[in-house]
Amino acid sequence: MAELGMSSAVTRRAFSVRKMTGFTAVAIVCFIMLYAPLLPLVAYSFNSGSSIALWEGFSWRWYEAAWRNELVQDAAFRSLFVATLASTFATALATMAALGTTRTRAYRGLTAIYAMINQPLMVPEIVTAVALLIVFAVIKTATNYHGLVYLITAHTAFCIPFAYLPIRARLEGMDISLETAAADLYATPWKTFRRVTLPLLWPGILAGAMLAFVISLDDVVITEFVKSPGQDTLPTYMLGQLRRVITPEINAISTVLLTVSAVMVTFFFFLNRKKM
Amino acid sequence: MNSAKGGPAAVQALNVSKVFGEGDSAVVALDNVSVNIRQNEFFTLLGPSGCGKTTLLRLIAGFDHPSNGAILLEGEDISGLPPYQRPVNTVFQSYALFPHMTVAGNIAFGLEMLGKSKPEIDATVTDMLRLVQMEELKDRQTSQISGGQQQRVALARALAPHPKVLLLDEPLSALDLKLRKEMQIELKRLQHETGITFIFVTHDQEEALTMSDRIAVMSAGNILQVGTPRDIYDHPAERFVANFIGETNFFQAELVSVKKGAGKIKLASGKTITATVPDGLVANGHITAVVRPEHARIVEPGASSTLVGTLENIVYFGTDTHFHVALGGEEAFIVRMQNARDDAGKFSTGMNVGITIDANAAQVLRD
Amino acid sequence: MTVTATHEGPVRPTKSAAEVAADATQRDIRNCWLLCAPALIVLLCAASGPLAIMLMYSFLKAGDYGGVLWTFSTEGWFSVFVQRDIFDETLSLADAHVSIFWRSLKLSILTTLLALCLGFPTAYFIAMRPLQTRNLWLFLITIPFWTNLLIRTFAIMEMIRNHGIINSLLKSIGVIDEPIQMLFTDFSVMLGMTYVYLPLMVLPIYASMEKFDFRLVEAGYDLYASRFRVLRRIIIPLVKPGIIAGSILVFVPSLGAYVTPRVLGGGKRMMLGNLIELQFGQGRNWPLGAALSITLLVIVMAALLIYVRSVQRRDGGHG
Repeated sequence: MAELGMSSAVTRRAFSVRKMTGFTAVAIVCFIMLYAPLLPLVAYSFNSGSSIALWEGFSWRWYEAAWRNELVQDAAFRSLFVATLASTFATALATMAALGTTRTRAYRGLTAIYAMINQPLMVPEIVTAVALLIVFAVIKTATNYHGLVYLITAHTAFCIPFAYLPIRARLEGMDISLETAAADLYATPWKTFRRVTLPLLWPGILAGAMLAFVISLDDVVITEFVKSPGQDTLPTYMLGQLRRVITPEINAISTVLLTVSAVMVTFFFFLNRKKM
Repeated sequence: MNSAKGGPAAVQALNVSKVFGEGDSAVVALDNVSVNIRQNEFFTLLGPSGCGKTTLLRLIAGFDHPSNGAILLEGEDISGLPPYQRPVNTVFQSYALFPHMTVAGNIAFGLEMLGKSKPEIDATVTDMLRLVQMEELKDRQTSQISGGQQQRVALARALAPHPKVLLLDEPLSALDLKLRKEMQIELKRLQHETGITFIFVTHDQEEALTMSDRIAVMSAGNILQVGTPRDIYDHPAERFVANFIGETNFFQAELVSVKKGAGKIKLASGKTITATVPDGLVANGHITAVVRPEHARIVEPGASSTLVGTLENIVYFGTDTHFHVALGGEEAFIVRMQNARDDAGKFSTGMNVGITIDANAAQVLRD
Repeated sequence: MTVTATHEGPVRPTKSAAEVAADATQRDIRNCWLLCAPALIVLLCAASGPLAIMLMYSFLKAGDYGGVLWTFSTEGWFSVFVQRDIFDETLSLADAHVSIFWRSLKLSILTTLLALCLGFPTAYFIAMRPLQTRNLWLFLITIPFWTNLLIRTFAIMEMIRNHGIINSLLKSIGVIDEPIQMLFTDFSVMLGMTYVYLPLMVLPIYASMEKFDFRLVEAGYDLYASRFRVLRRIIIPLVKPGIIAGSILVFVPSLGAYVTPRVLGGGKRMMLGNLIELQFGQGRNWPLGAALSITLLVIVMAALLIYVRSVQRRDGGHG
């Protein structure tokens, strides 16, 4: 009898098939852990004092300071310039590659193409970075050209897989009979591409371009090794600053970068959620 | 083939083969197929999935190229032309409506690609919308209309450029039964009104029998028999055709004599009945013959009955009843009789019954 | 039907059907290659090609002020694990390198395990949410993944500094008197890497859990399994592909980490990435740097290969 009584007491909280003891707690810790460190980072960017530990009141002064700092301005423009060009190139190349690798019968060399496109995702960044350092050092000595082309080329290369993946996913989800139908209705291959494939692929291309932009904007390692002197981007500028006394100016720059990434990823998220 | 009778050819397939893949993994989808489709006819390619009917359709449309042989359109070889140069349009199984265009935009697409003038396009689109009764929905997105309406748009889109031949790849398979019946009649009407040759692909025998002027029954990459629905149903020349279309009783018999396609066959019971014999078969003994269940009658055993057996099972279907009669062979002979109002309970299982077969109802198979 | 289209008359082709079919296939494949070519060229110039050149550099002699001398030498590879005494030329194990290799491996494995312990329940938690909110939870995991790695490392740094939030908090509630030195330790590097790479663990595990059929769990309970046994015998084996994928995705970047150990390890707690950088910076030993890079690459490729193999075996096993 006693045992029966106990078991009824236990089952008063209905047995849930799906629950695992403690998992929810760990998950909540996990979510807190992901976001908690960002809160003080953002908060102290509004500190009126010059400490990142002591709160002295709200002010925009560090945003103003960052805005007026010529080094920051310079780095910010360079970041945007490189990210815009690299993501545009990478998206164009990735779109073509996606068209050349999906919806055809497997042909010889396809695996090699996949491997090459995805290489930047597999090889550790530091390895690519020093390899580029070696090659570009040779070219820089030979040509005496130290411009931004090196950075843009390197960024384009590692952005390609990020642009490629959403575009390819979109293409694979696309009904191939739509293009067949266009050909059936007297559209030449080029017209089929312009009137049917491209409009339907557009959300994927946009998503790919945004991911590429964010990836380029955030890159530290490859930029750090490839850039010529005086070619800091925002992330490498920040990396340099971390060695000095840190002021909330860094927090202000970080907050702006965080916002840009978050907004773009949110946009990407909703773009991708829309049905084909 | 029989191109001599019944008007000029719209589409001819001459010894067409299609092999997919290479080496060991090669699959023969079409094996030396020849067929002649006449102008203005409603021609159906009927067969189970994988029989090559869709492959043949895609070869006519130009989406695939034949491995061998030629496709002729009104006598000219079009095998080398890409799909966008063939005056042939397709209604796809999935409809393949462009999701980023309106109903009217979809219908106008082919005309735009042909470089028609704006007023001409508008006029044709209006005509087409009226033809398929979709005038009100012309500015809708294709995702906002029902399956049946999408079907109509797909039809209108394919008809708008007034192709010489319209290809329909199982276009009704996604519709529910009621809508399917409606669309069957609708398709017949459209074919009649436009005078365009329709080539219709289906695996649904009933659909084929209802709609077609002629049917080609296909199996394993071959065309087994071409004929009118009546021909195919009443006089299947091959075992596969007899089996695939409708219900059939198979039985062994002896071909005694043949004269102009009509023959006499001697059954196991000793009785002799008349039967239709396919071309080129001579009287040389053992054959298989078929009789449709509704072409036989169940009677009291007696002198008039062609076959005698035991009534094994009676299955009631509402409009008619199936009688399973054991004749001593492996399978029971099935007789289908319409249910008259007052003959319920005339026969019961276990009874000895006779079967009579209607005159000329038996068909000898080519085997 | 008033409108009739004017169609181009069919052209009589001069080729046989078989030739046309073969030509079409050939043309398709050529077009595919042409479409891929620009991307492949850029990748060859700025990804694959440089790796090959680096391999060559690892067999050259180090220049005195960085760069290389164009003479063949195995010195670079030699000094990955062995060091030559400056005075008497005796050889001994390069302790510094070995300990950095060991730390890299240790921290990467620990990071992977920690991320797994946190990531698995989180993925499970997300997979259990109702469909409407599931995407939102997933989104919350994805956002940090796409935000700047340096900034997130910086955020962790501020948290665990001696005057950071955690120490201040502990001090104010009287647990400690002196701040705990967390920054510039192995712990801080591991914590940072776990924080940074955690989404990479959660996402693939979630992906395989999403496909998981929960009636199997019900069947497990029905057959007298406890919660733990259901987890061990049913759920984990079935989401194993996700677990392996997640572990590889965390392990690989951890092993090659550069920014996180540089910021949180403070130059003392070096990992492989920092050792490589050192050879191209102050160390001025490019061949050694190249050899180290290739060693790192080989380890990473081996890990990826094990992953691919295990996926293939599973696919093969189930037909």
